[in-house]
Amino acid sequence: MKDIFALVDCNNFYVSCERVFQPSLEGKPVVVLSNNDGCVVSRSDEAKKLGIKMGVAFFEVKDEAERNGLIALSSNYSLYADMSRRLMETLCNFTPEIEVYSIDEAFLNLASLSENLTDYGRRIKETVRQWTGMPVSIGIGRTKTLAKIANRIAKRPACPEYLTKEKIPTEDGTAGRSAEAAGVFELTDSAIDEILAQIGVEHIWGVGIKTTIKLKRAGFETALALRDADVKWIQRRFGITGVRTVYELQGINCYELEEQPPMKKSVTVSRIFGRKVETVEELKEAIASYASRAGEKLREERLAAGVMIVFVMTSRFVNKRKRYFNSHTVCFPAATNYAPELINYAAKAAGQLYRKGFQYNKAGIILSDLVPEDSVQGNLFDEVDRQKSRRLMQAVDAVNARLPFAPLRWAAEGINQPWQAKFSKRSKRYTTRWDELPEVA
Amino acid sequence: MQTKVKTVYKPDRSTRRRQPIFMAKVPAGFPSPAADYEEDKLDLNKHLIRNPVATFFVRVAGDSMVKAGIHDGDLLVVDRSIKPRDKNVVIAAVDGELTVKRIRIRKNKLTLEAENENYQSQEINEEMEFEVWGVVTNVIHAL
Repeated sequence: MKDIFALVDCNNFYVSCERVFQPSLEGKPVVVLSNNDGCVVSRSDEAKKLGIKMGVAFFEVKDEAERNGLIALSSNYSLYADMSRRLMETLCNFTPEIEVYSIDEAFLNLASLSENLTDYGRRIKETVRQWTGMPVSIGIGRTKTLAKIANRIAKRPACPEYLTKEKIPTEDGTAGRSAEAAGVFELTDSAIDEILAQIGVEHIWGVGIKTTIKLKRAGFETALALRDADVKWIQRRFGITGVRTVYELQGINCYELEEQPPMKKSVTVSRIFGRKVETVEELKEAIASYASRAGEKLREERLAAGVMIVFVMTSRFVNKRKRYFNSHTVCFPAATNYAPELINYAAKAAGQLYRKGFQYNKAGIILSDLVPEDSVQGNLFDEVDRQKSRRLMQAVDAVNARLPFAPLRWAAEGINQPWQAKFSKRSKRYTTRWDELPEVA
Repeated sequence: MQTKVKTVYKPDRSTRRRQPIFMAKVPAGFPSPAADYEEDKLDLNKHLIRNPVATFFVRVAGDSMVKAGIHDGDLLVVDRSIKPRDKNVVIAAVDGELTVKRIRIRKNKLTLEAENENYQSQEINEEMEFEVWGVVTNVIHAL
């Protein structure tokens, strides 16, 4: 039996979450900014039309954009996480086989379905829209790669950047389809050559910048050309990953649905500070707090880390002589997720990285060499009582699960935390706080 | 012929049901006479929320729905998955604002009615931006 994949992808996810609770944002240019209101991370179609690019620093576009009526919001991660959960749970009603691919995307396997696929896709789209208020696009194809391409076609034609060329066949054959009718596209065998000819290689799932350049140099411009490439030649130049992409374009499924998310390879906690940090005390505090959070993430997944990388940096936008970046790598005696140990090493590293006279604006912790906490390789000279420390962590995590808004914190994290990131334009946390529910008159 | 799946039903994991543990030991095959009468505990979540994924809570500001028993500061349970019918109390988005009103759906005419003489009904016309946001299923009113 051949597989059929659907990629369900929420349009402009963060902005769409905001619009559910603030309908007045509908039809207006809206962007959501990253931590500390740094960069643009989500844009409404109207904001895209103003020429605002993904990832630009907000201060660079601020003045002109606000003249054009742009509304900028801080990120509201509590809201986005809850809406993502609702989206995925809604999708679970349509198939038992689902892979949550990112916060706003999921692959569904629809192979066992007897219904017309486009109709089924429309039902999914309408149900998600009604239950959660979120607009989604759905692409359907024989492989994940083809479903991704179909999803690209399903996106609104109003937004030219989604498409490499103008001529897009519509679902019903008519030209100007309405925004609501768009959103579901099934890549059928009969239409496949025509569609693949319109997709540039840079827009194929898994093809990065370097591969794109190499492919274009070799004369491959479109997905169609790549699909019909000589597989042996591709294998020599691009290895097995390249071959898989070619097969996937041919409709031969190489990537199964990953219903169990793969084990994490690393855990990162990194944030821009709310204001510049200049003293070693504040830098240590911030890093201790990131280490504590990273430890929580590890313990949530029942993992322990063998290696920790601590980094500090100044802004990229200051005078060259005032720029500084440095990192320090710690190898733990035995893999750990014990907060006092993580904090202790992190704070020491921060002390070593600190140079007087710089204005730090970001720091971070990366934990890697992760292993399941139950299979940690012991160390003969280990000084930590592992049994006792694990019980302590379980107690702390249990308390914090009950008191999420008044958690137990480690003294090293500081009390006032003046370096904390600011979310000056954050909307309310409409679905996760009793005192921030949406109000109706 | 291949067997194909027509509909997929999802188990409801919305709330945890605390299973009462049988305290009566069964030493000689003589069970507690009460054991057969064990029932589910009453769960307000299940009582108030039919479809958790599509259910949102909303806070009332103002007195336009007082006669429907909806007071300032009350909590509304709103189910977005219910199709609105005539006379339902709904949350509607009208020209960008969320409002709670009773909806009247008649031939060619859509009206939002307040439940307080001091407020006028509002007829929805084609120029307005209008969407039913969700149907109110319960009011939680603290005394």
